[in-house]
Amino acid sequence: MSVTTQDISVVPTRGRSLWDDARDRLLANKAAVGSMIVLAVISVLSVIGPMLSPHEFDKVYRDYVKVPASLTAYPLPEQVQPAFESVVKRARLTIEGYERNGDVVSARISSKKEIDPRSTRYFDRSDLFKNAELVDFAADKKSAVIKADINYLHFYFGTDANGRDMMTRTFIAGRVSLTIGLLATAVAISIGVLYGATSGYLGGRVDQMMMRVVDILYSLPFIFFVIMLVVFFGRNFVLMFIAVGAVEWLDMARIVRGQTLSIKRQEYVQAAEAMGVSDGGIVRRHIIPNTLGPVVVYMTLLVPKVILLESFLSFLGLGVQEPMTSWGVLISEGARNLQGAGWMLIFPSIFLTSTLFALNFIGDGLRDALDPKDR
Amino acid sequence: METKKTVLDIQGLKVNFDTPTGVVEAVRGVDIHVKAGETVAIVGESGSGKSQTMMAAMGLLASNGRTDGVVDYEGRNILGLSIRELNKVRGKKITMIFQEPMTSLDPLYTIGRQLAEPMVVHGGLSWKAAMAKALDLLKLVNIPEPERKINAYPYEMSGGQRQRVMIAMALANDPDVLIADEPTTALDVTTQAQILDLLADLQKRLGMAVIFITHDLGIVRQISDRVYVMKTGEVVESGKTAEIFTNPQHPYTRMLLDAEPTGSKAPVPDSAKPLLEVQKVNVEFVLDPGFLKPAHILRAVDDVSLFLRKGQTLGIVGESGSGKSTLGRAVLNLLPATGRVVYNGELITGKTRAQMQKLRRNMQLVFQDPFGSLSPRLTVGQIISEGLLVHEPSLTAKDRDDRACQALEEVSLDPSVRNRYPHEFSGGQRQRIAIARTMVLKPELVVLDEPTSALDRTIQKQIVELLRELQSAHGLTYLFISHDLAVVRAIADTVMVMKTGKVIEAGPTEDIFQNPQNAYTKKLIGAAMFTQNQLKASA
Amino acid sequence: MTRYVLGRLLAAIPTIFLIITISFFLIRIAPGGPFDLERPLEAKVMENLNKIYNLDKPLWEQYLLYLKSIVQLDFGPSFYFRDFSINELFAESLPISIQLGLSALCLALVVGGMLGVAAALRQNKPADYSIMAAATLGVTIPNFVVAPILTLLLGVWLGWLPVGGWGNGAFINKILPVITLALPQIAVVARLTRGSMIEALRSNHVRTARAYGLTSYMVVIVHALRGAILPVVSYLGPAAAALLTGSVVIETIFGIPGIGRYFVQGALNRDYTLVMGTVVVVACFVIIFNLVVDLLYALLDPRVRYD
Repeated sequence: MSVTTQDISVVPTRGRSLWDDARDRLLANKAAVGSMIVLAVISVLSVIGPMLSPHEFDKVYRDYVKVPASLTAYPLPEQVQPAFESVVKRARLTIEGYERNGDVVSARISSKKEIDPRSTRYFDRSDLFKNAELVDFAADKKSAVIKADINYLHFYFGTDANGRDMMTRTFIAGRVSLTIGLLATAVAISIGVLYGATSGYLGGRVDQMMMRVVDILYSLPFIFFVIMLVVFFGRNFVLMFIAVGAVEWLDMARIVRGQTLSIKRQEYVQAAEAMGVSDGGIVRRHIIPNTLGPVVVYMTLLVPKVILLESFLSFLGLGVQEPMTSWGVLISEGARNLQGAGWMLIFPSIFLTSTLFALNFIGDGLRDALDPKDR
Repeated sequence: METKKTVLDIQGLKVNFDTPTGVVEAVRGVDIHVKAGETVAIVGESGSGKSQTMMAAMGLLASNGRTDGVVDYEGRNILGLSIRELNKVRGKKITMIFQEPMTSLDPLYTIGRQLAEPMVVHGGLSWKAAMAKALDLLKLVNIPEPERKINAYPYEMSGGQRQRVMIAMALANDPDVLIADEPTTALDVTTQAQILDLLADLQKRLGMAVIFITHDLGIVRQISDRVYVMKTGEVVESGKTAEIFTNPQHPYTRMLLDAEPTGSKAPVPDSAKPLLEVQKVNVEFVLDPGFLKPAHILRAVDDVSLFLRKGQTLGIVGESGSGKSTLGRAVLNLLPATGRVVYNGELITGKTRAQMQKLRRNMQLVFQDPFGSLSPRLTVGQIISEGLLVHEPSLTAKDRDDRACQALEEVSLDPSVRNRYPHEFSGGQRQRIAIARTMVLKPELVVLDEPTSALDRTIQKQIVELLRELQSAHGLTYLFISHDLAVVRAIADTVMVMKTGKVIEAGPTEDIFQNPQNAYTKKLIGAAMFTQNQLKASA
Repeated sequence: MTRYVLGRLLAAIPTIFLIITISFFLIRIAPGGPFDLERPLEAKVMENLNKIYNLDKPLWEQYLLYLKSIVQLDFGPSFYFRDFSINELFAESLPISIQLGLSALCLALVVGGMLGVAAALRQNKPADYSIMAAATLGVTIPNFVVAPILTLLLGVWLGWLPVGGWGNGAFINKILPVITLALPQIAVVARLTRGSMIEALRSNHVRTARAYGLTSYMVVIVHALRGAILPVVSYLGPAAAALLTGSVVIETIFGIPGIGRYFVQGALNRDYTLVMGTVVVVACFVIIFNLVVDLLYALLDPRVRYD
């Protein structure tokens, strides 16, 4: 670019900040953009999916325990008659002929006693039928025709061992996992940034003391502490992410401290000092904007770590409690039912893995985009 | 002169780099040849493609580089040979010395092992024989205590010594051609002179051809038989050194030759008011302050005194580590020091940051590295007007903007660039921005810490002229810190020579340059002025 | 050198002391006790048990007693496995965990290192992209997903490998747990090696090696890799910690009687001494391992000296 003194224009040209460049680089990174779309889809599904789903996440369908994932609706055609007959039997009625007419099932039934009109409840209570009614009562009321609509339900991800819809549960689990991921990351980042920046900015003896503390904490087997915390103090949602956040802040503190130290040595900070700019001004205008990049990158990479840690705890049975669920809990159940009910493992695993995958790619993409090396 | 045979002949060499923003043409069809025993210099400023030409010839380009053309060595085009075939030539018949002595050797192996490696690979020597020869080579390049140094690691040696090791390595297999890529640029002047002497001496004794890549015309004049002048990937002029220097044809060559800062500063009358008085200043650094460990103390500035009148320029010269930059910062009270610094009749030593704040606008600092001294995420306008936020908080945003525009005009930059970011500017432009940042506050004293060292010669000259103009326009007082004596001579009233924190010699500029008393000063000036006198003689 | 090692070991004492103190009080202030079974014990029995295990004494006295026994390397009796002392339990389980962890670590280093170098040498080519995609997958798929899938595939459907159990350390029993444990670390090591290798290949001293016509082997292995391996060596400390964590899951899934599994059981059963013992042993292990890593680093990098 050329700068000439001749044509002095009053209107300033717009410059491209490093953020602009980074954004362009990020958007040029196909893997990162794809990951952002995937992540957006999963987040939207987790937030509004459970509201749109026809099933409640904790609704138990006793007639549909461990049914495989399917695009066609349940009940399957061959399930209808046996199920109908078993309901009739449960109502202590005898069936005499069965007829299916589209979505309506009807049968003549009889009983030794008078048929109680409330027997339709047995049908309504079943997950397969609805709107049951008794018509055509015989004169002695010992036989009648029962008519019931087939209650079609979709279980796109199948159901779990308790007969709950896996799709809704996976979405709800996503909500929990993502929330824990974000909250715990926020906790970790806040502690880490505050601690690291203080240590780096103050420098000298204080810095050494503070970093010595971090070193000691590093050698503590923190996972074990977390497990101890959750085991002894109960499986508490809040405690969970505080525990995770408290473990993961160490790296952040180190990164921010290193960054602060190196920026403090930069000549532009010295220049500001030589100009008499106050500490606050230096921190606000020079240190924070230049530390932001690594913090953002680390944050993106921390979220998947935290989600993983949460699912790890859930897997050990120390995570959120039933009927609430998280991907880790679902995967743990899925692993136990792997033989014969693979969908219970596969769907939550796909969601968890794609989220982690996407976050990692976004983090890598951000790092490449913000990396001063290829500037 | 008898016609010797051409050993290396580069014809129509092109180098392109594929970058995300498109293809960059670094070298656009260059013809260079060198005859046996001849020294050829390739000169050019940064970005002229002079290094990339030779890197390409040696097959050392980065992976995104593509080459085209012919590099003929003994009747064979070595461009595009397989690595295996190429390795029969490079490191054996054609060797290379690099600009960065600090990083060009592997930090994890001893000097001896690295010297021996090419001899084992190419000469078929056993490790033992190669180590013995390595010792001879270390003696040849005058490494002190070669028996001990052969087992030393690179980090245990100074930059000059490492460059000597590189030279030894280059000579190990009796090469036909030695390519030296800015071998002295990263070194202090006195070391520079020694390395050049060594190279010249070795060439005389061993008779290989040398291709010397440099931006320094003084060196060219001193050592080369022929010169190629490169600009933006092309050779714009070539010929015998003497001819190029006496009768340059291409305007760019003339500009390069003319780029040496000239003239001297008009003296300031003795009646000018005293501005700065520094008495017996000491600065100590505590090195390596381990946790509860005894600290090692380094005295960076040792009992330095100086005196400046308004409008004067004091040049502080010295090699790296002489404490000159530290002194500059101590004078501005930017780091803790003992002694007395009196500025404009006011004792500033020991003042706190808050107490200093008022004074800061009158005393400014310009840094060496124009890439590091501008905050990368602020616009140029924000950078320039930052000082106004502190010192003239009553100004409106519009006022500050106007003042920033004025400052930019003053340093000959278009004010319309004020919303751009530092990374969009070249080194010289950035240095102008850094100067504008200090000028916006209308200071009295400016400490200039190597303000021209990171710039090309032609840009250096412009900056020096700009600084002189600003000084006469605003009656500025400069503390000019530099290792570049030519620049100092052109700008300073008085000169102070520093070594290991102490003042070795001080006095009026021309006295020091014409008649240095101290041995170190003589050596320093001898090393630096050699090149300048060469230029003068030829002009 | 010896002084340095001794100094580091001495410096570890306050750390371990801190760990013991924190975990001791953390466990004790938590609600519940080792004998709170679903069916409450008789008061008399309870009293006896408390007496045997010193639970009737004040907390600080118990703490001092525990410190005293730790100094004598006695981790005390187990609260849950009534007939065993913790030392006996560890004598059985620790070697298994160490064997598992070390095998996984070696596997991760060798395989991950090779993959990383291969990717770096083919930077931005299809081979590089596929190795890196696989590595990202390896980092992101949790081992508690990999373990059941591998078990199902190789153990149940193909029947090649046993589904679980230690089988007294039979080689065939180790394959699945070691691979599952190593997978995420292989991925991390591969990414790390690739990054530092690319940097090393671009460095000036490697350019020197190429300019001097050294063979590809010498350029890549002797000059580039030795420098590139240093960040991987520094990662060994965190890797060991990660393997310890991972082994908690792996040992649980595969039913391997290592200390990771004991830890979860111990925590759930409020087996105070078992939990404490595990934490202390793991902390010591991490500290010693970090020391070894630092010494190894000094061995590889002459610029680092511990005098």
